[in-house]
Amino acid sequence: MMKTTRTALELHEAIQSGQQTALSVLDDVYNKIAEHEPAIEGFNCLTQELARETAREVDRRVQVGETLPLLAGVPIAIKDNINIKGYPTTCSSRILEGYVSPYDATVYQKLKQHLMPVIGKTNLDEFAMGSSTETSALKITKNPWDLSRVPGGSSGGSAAVVSANMVPLSLGSDTGGSVRQPASLCGITGIKPTYGLVSRYGLVAFASSLDQISPFGQNVKDTAALLQVISGADELDSTSIKNHPEPNYLQCIDQDISDLRIGVIQELQNDAIQPEVLKSIQDAVQTFESLGATTQPVSLPSFQYAVAAYYILATAEASSNLGRYDGVRYGQRVEEPDSDLHTMYRKTRSQGFGPEVKRRIILGTFCLSSGYYDAFYAKAEKARELMRHELRKAFEQVDILVCPTSPSTAFKIGEKLNDPVNMYLSDIATIPVNMAGIPAISIPCGFDQQHLPIGLQLMGPHQSEARLFQAAYAFEQKTGLCNLIPDLKIPPKSEPLI
Amino acid sequence: MPQTPTQTEYEAVIGLEIHVQLRTQSKLFCPDSTRFGDEPNVNTCPVCLGYPGALPVLNKKAVEYAVMLGLALNCEIAELSKFDRKHYFYPDLPKAYQISQYNMPVCTNGYMELSTGTRVRINRAHMEEDAGKLVHAGAEGLAGSDYSLVDLNRAGTPLLEIVSEPDIKSAAEAREYMTNMRNIVRYLGVCDGNMEEGSMRCDVNISVRPKGQTEFGTKTEIKNMNSTRAIEQAAEYEIARQVQILESGGSITQASRLWNEATSETMLMRVKEGEADYRYFPEPDLRPLHISREWIEALKRQLPELPEERRARYISELDFSTHDASILVDVKELGDFFDAARPHCPHYKTLVNWLTGEITAYLKTEKKSMADTRLTPNALAELVELQENNTISSTTAKKLLAELLEKGGSPAKIVEERDMAQISDVGELKKMVEDVIANNPKQAQQFRDGKEQVLGFFVGQIMRATQGSANPELVNQLLRELI
Repeated sequence: MMKTTRTALELHEAIQSGQQTALSVLDDVYNKIAEHEPAIEGFNCLTQELARETAREVDRRVQVGETLPLLAGVPIAIKDNINIKGYPTTCSSRILEGYVSPYDATVYQKLKQHLMPVIGKTNLDEFAMGSSTETSALKITKNPWDLSRVPGGSSGGSAAVVSANMVPLSLGSDTGGSVRQPASLCGITGIKPTYGLVSRYGLVAFASSLDQISPFGQNVKDTAALLQVISGADELDSTSIKNHPEPNYLQCIDQDISDLRIGVIQELQNDAIQPEVLKSIQDAVQTFESLGATTQPVSLPSFQYAVAAYYILATAEASSNLGRYDGVRYGQRVEEPDSDLHTMYRKTRSQGFGPEVKRRIILGTFCLSSGYYDAFYAKAEKARELMRHELRKAFEQVDILVCPTSPSTAFKIGEKLNDPVNMYLSDIATIPVNMAGIPAISIPCGFDQQHLPIGLQLMGPHQSEARLFQAAYAFEQKTGLCNLIPDLKIPPKSEPLI
Repeated sequence: MPQTPTQTEYEAVIGLEIHVQLRTQSKLFCPDSTRFGDEPNVNTCPVCLGYPGALPVLNKKAVEYAVMLGLALNCEIAELSKFDRKHYFYPDLPKAYQISQYNMPVCTNGYMELSTGTRVRINRAHMEEDAGKLVHAGAEGLAGSDYSLVDLNRAGTPLLEIVSEPDIKSAAEAREYMTNMRNIVRYLGVCDGNMEEGSMRCDVNISVRPKGQTEFGTKTEIKNMNSTRAIEQAAEYEIARQVQILESGGSITQASRLWNEATSETMLMRVKEGEADYRYFPEPDLRPLHISREWIEALKRQLPELPEERRARYISELDFSTHDASILVDVKELGDFFDAARPHCPHYKTLVNWLTGEITAYLKTEKKSMADTRLTPNALAELVELQENNTISSTTAKKLLAELLEKGGSPAKIVEERDMAQISDVGELKKMVEDVIANNPKQAQQFRDGKEQVLGFFVGQIMRATQGSANPELVNQLLRELI
């Protein structure tokens, strides 16, 4: 069904023009959360006080006639691996139980500057490791289109709460597809920006060379506006891009795309992809042609190494990044009266981490071990260089590349949890993007026979976000596939039993 | 006939790893202060505490200090270097990895010349962050303690680790290498060179082998020496220990050993079982470090006079003895003091004597540095001039120096105010000499009879009467004339 409520940008307009107060918008959000959260379970915690404080400030400024910054007053949810001072950052892991952050992530500072009320923190796969949000130690988030299915992951909570229309915008983090894949499975828009466009300061690291904070929205414009808010150089993040021109994606978003050259990735057009997904992508390519774009097949042979190379590099970095959870300074410590230091380390980490995190720490530790480094890490780096090279070449021929975001639509809860390799393969189309550090957006492009959303992925060269938004927006305008919200049936309240 | 073991001559093979704490205001990757001696954990932030999500940002000053030290050690400075993570678990290492430089260090291929003619090659110098400190309750170390407290004030302090090749051949050379290194860091101002506080730390790798043998013997690594003297003693002890073991048919165990200052012995710390696996990989949170030629050249131009340059200047231009030059080179502030006083003082040799003699002795007994005293280079130059032109006697000069060190002031003024100038007025002294001779006829006769020693008696009398301010040469001369 089509959403009848306002988009994020419309809400902002309404607040700025005084048609609606930021506080009333916030009340609507919390009402919807009260209604749908029990079924969806997307939030790890709500930050009502924080949100109300910001909303009050917005209303105060409107009253004195101030012009608000972009998206001011629009509520947003953030993934629970982004730090807000004074609030827990759980990463949906038991090992961070009791940890309260002493500092703000840069991205939160940006939201604060833009007066966007942060309404809560959302569930994720433990430490963002997973593709279904099932590895969370806290709860299982459901896909709003079918509550027996996963929302994707790792940013499943952030995707589900936007998809269920509890909140118009959210932030996730994308290391190998963790925003685009859940966007695809939940029928919303998600963009993984160029590596370094958004500061990582305050984002709990999974794989530092791949992680990027990424926005979700219910349509392309809202998502573009949010990226505009959070991007920019940060002196606290050495890997953030310096001298990037101040982006204004909205200004040129409706530009004509008839000169657009589109490449269709051949390696993601095979029988590993669900047939309905494949069909939908082919339709999408035709839609682009009808908009005047030219299309051509593009072959990227190195993509076959993507998943294997990714699971070496990402786990190697993860094994290093997660060493700090040792029970010494914060979080859970498990010790017994007579236990020595090493016993404390072992027990704390054995009990604090879940099986998927342990699997990746062990895998990564192995790959970095002396004698194996060259065979694994160094080789994976070569594969990564090869992917970069091939993509650079491809972008000499075409402006953007298209492929499905995920090989399948949302799968059943529990279906792949004990089949890690199969689970890892759900990121086959998204991983190369992180490996190359380029941007890619996922937008809805149709439904399968079970009425589960299908996502289309558009990739572009470094810092081509504006172009991606234009292509995505043109597609969205043509197909009308935006602001889709699932028909969430609220289970009838049962009468109390005697 | 087989050679008996006692006839084998051994030679030592020594290499040093020196950690130099770079004296930046803030830490290597975050803005916290590097101050020493504050309350535990006050100089910390999410970055150096290893909090989830915090990221390192490289301190530019630390890079400049590393480059300057590399240049002073004749190193090649890498225009492209990078940082790596070195992994191990310990409570004083918050991230469970240390950010270091593994295979692309900032400085490589340097050397230092020793006075023995030995050229010690420097393999590399790389930047890294220091760890925190543990305080153990109820025991010396972690083992057996009731609990341990973690202080992360030092965590993230910039270090430059300088690794020499095993080119050092004796304990004395090891000491000289370290002394020179300390001088260099002090001259550059990149480190206070204080080994006792740990601003400079050093591990000595030692092995011995029969003279003429090309392959190395099994080495041990000695830690925990907090003075250059301790380095020499520890190396001497360890060489002797290893030779003794080999002589008696034993073999050396590869191990880390601790120098025990109290017993003057090295003690086993831990046996190394294979190489520790630190799982190095490139630090993804930092971009590779580019140091432009222009930047390196600019730093080269800023380098101050280095210890060896100063030594050469003192010996060849000013004709110092090696001994005097060493004192003024090794104690930088004395050399600085000399250089500041020298333009005001033509009699610079006397100046050197004061600095290497009385003043050095004073600083040692009082455990003070030059900066703790009130003496200025101008005042010392003035004092030397008063002495050289015979305005004051050397006895007076000594007394005056003691006062200048404690209270400061201008020696010329003090001499004038307190009438301390020595009596060189012939008329005045002649009267005194005549009186003394008249009052001591017996001794006067003894002198006339050829007893030279009696002269000393008369000088003593005059000095007593003038409270030491009579010009001794003049007194001698007058006595000989008048007796």
